[in-house]
Amino acid sequence: MQISLIANSASATPIVVIAIYLCLLLGLAMFSKTLFRGTSTDYFVASRSIGPFMLLMSVFGTTMTAFALVGSTGKAFERGVGTYGLMASSSGLIHAACFFLIGIKLWSFGKKYGYVTQIQFFRDRFESKAIGYLLFPILVCLVIPYLLIGVIGASKTIEGLSSAKMTPKGEKPGMFPELFASYNDAVPPPLTGAIICIVVLCYIFAGGSRAAAWANTFQTIVFMVMGILAFYLISEKLGGLSAAIEQANDAHLVRTPSVGTDGGHIGVPPAMFLSYMFIPLSVGMFPHLFQHWLTARSAKSFRLTVVAHPLCIMIVWVPCVLIGLWATGKLPESTPGGAVLAKMVGILIADPVVSGLVTAGILAAIMSSLDSQFLCLGTMFTNDIVIDRYGKEKFSDKQIVKIARLFVVSIVVLTYILSIVLYKKSVFDLAVWSFSGFASLTPLVFASLYWKKCSKAGAMASIIAAVAVWLYFFGKSGWGGEYTVEAESIVSIFGEGVMPVALSFTAGLFAMIVVSSITQKPSQETIDKFFPKFG
Amino acid sequence: MKGKYVILILAIILGVLHQDFWNWDNDYNVFGFMPIGLFYHACYSLVAATLWVFAIKFAWPKDLVEWAEKDD
Repeated sequence: MQISLIANSASATPIVVIAIYLCLLLGLAMFSKTLFRGTSTDYFVASRSIGPFMLLMSVFGTTMTAFALVGSTGKAFERGVGTYGLMASSSGLIHAACFFLIGIKLWSFGKKYGYVTQIQFFRDRFESKAIGYLLFPILVCLVIPYLLIGVIGASKTIEGLSSAKMTPKGEKPGMFPELFASYNDAVPPPLTGAIICIVVLCYIFAGGSRAAAWANTFQTIVFMVMGILAFYLISEKLGGLSAAIEQANDAHLVRTPSVGTDGGHIGVPPAMFLSYMFIPLSVGMFPHLFQHWLTARSAKSFRLTVVAHPLCIMIVWVPCVLIGLWATGKLPESTPGGAVLAKMVGILIADPVVSGLVTAGILAAIMSSLDSQFLCLGTMFTNDIVIDRYGKEKFSDKQIVKIARLFVVSIVVLTYILSIVLYKKSVFDLAVWSFSGFASLTPLVFASLYWKKCSKAGAMASIIAAVAVWLYFFGKSGWGGEYTVEAESIVSIFGEGVMPVALSFTAGLFAMIVVSSITQKPSQETIDKFFPKFG
Repeated sequence: MKGKYVILILAIILGVLHQDFWNWDNDYNVFGFMPIGLFYHACYSLVAATLWVFAIKFAWPKDLVEWAEKDD
């Protein structure tokens, strides 16, 4: 059945499918609210009760953004087969290493000492309140572009799905020519942004961390299944797997760098392939992931996450990269990367229900990150600023939950306004800068867990050095564009394509080692607290 | 303790193997549909998962976890 609002408009069935999906999500959230225990510990870290499967789904869903379905297909369409090694297989190794080496330790200290935010841990570990005030604005500034990518990405996805399109046979009307004529017949981006924000806000407001875990589990299953569904249907339409790959552009089937007919870069320079390995380290410092780690019922819950994370990445990314490669033989080279998956589904399958399901999968990937980020910022404002400033004894547990909810609402409203103001900016490049910023701070968390002599001054120096180098390159990129290091001294040694994160990470590491070596080490009491002796 | 070092060495080897320079300009399609550059890295993901199975078996931070869960 296809639903059209008027005879001269495209079928609105995909929007109906998406609306049903969002209603299901809200229904699940309302169910999870019945499990909410009303305490601040339950709101922030689900009373540390999440089991292995939900931990895997919520951690995997949180680390995969719009990049999982849309970005992987688009990047493979632009760069070719090297996309998987560049972004996915390295993440399988490094993300899991961060969960194993950093996640389990932080979970242990979080459980033992009652932490719910990263900053609480760093303040105790480095015996310094100041480090919290230094780190807080940096973490918030790095999370905000990440949030914007989600809201703007969702709005652009729905706009692309519902707008009028130029076809060889002339202009094809969009879904809502009478209702939204001024928006090219499409659902207006501010409306999509508002709906996405309200849905996510509803379940975060109601059930906090527990609702996020339930919603993420559901959404992760949805986007994994939809990716496989799109892969199967597209390959069928192209005549099977072998026929599909034969239609791909040869230059995209190898990693050798070349230039496309429109001047675009195909392939991956070796220096980029190597230095890109720093970027997955970002998961070690994501504040929203830290919060998910703390929801684990026991350390054993981590086992499935550590082992299955590389496999989940493979299940999602291999089909999407192949779709991107097939698209090189089907779509014009000038097609924007972000539009490749939708176009392949729209042109080859041309079934409004499938279009709706795949778009619902894309929204699921986006929202499964958004909820955790909104929640973690609310948690940080409440615990690291308000409670730290006025003392926990000044508030009842219910008041703490109320404050957190108030902050979550404020952040959602701020993000929504920013998403409207910055809608026309290319925010997808900002994702790599956001990840690079977090990755540059990884020496801080690693040294705090594994190096007894790592001092307060060393930690401060590491943060300042990493952020300063990151800011320098961020400015050189035009505040968020695609950029690789151009300095002659670097290019002459490593070749072109070195990612700035390699230098900002190294600066943070170097500052940490040098300054910690010449300054006073932490007190014995702190060393005993974070490096307990066993047996 | 020995297990931890073996896992560390295997992880470093895996890190090096990620830079499969020998596949850079190889356009062979495995099973007729999967470019070798993609097939290699898909297998790499499987090997990475296997490494973490061994890490859990031989380098699990048992003492730390027991210490953290002691008050339960």
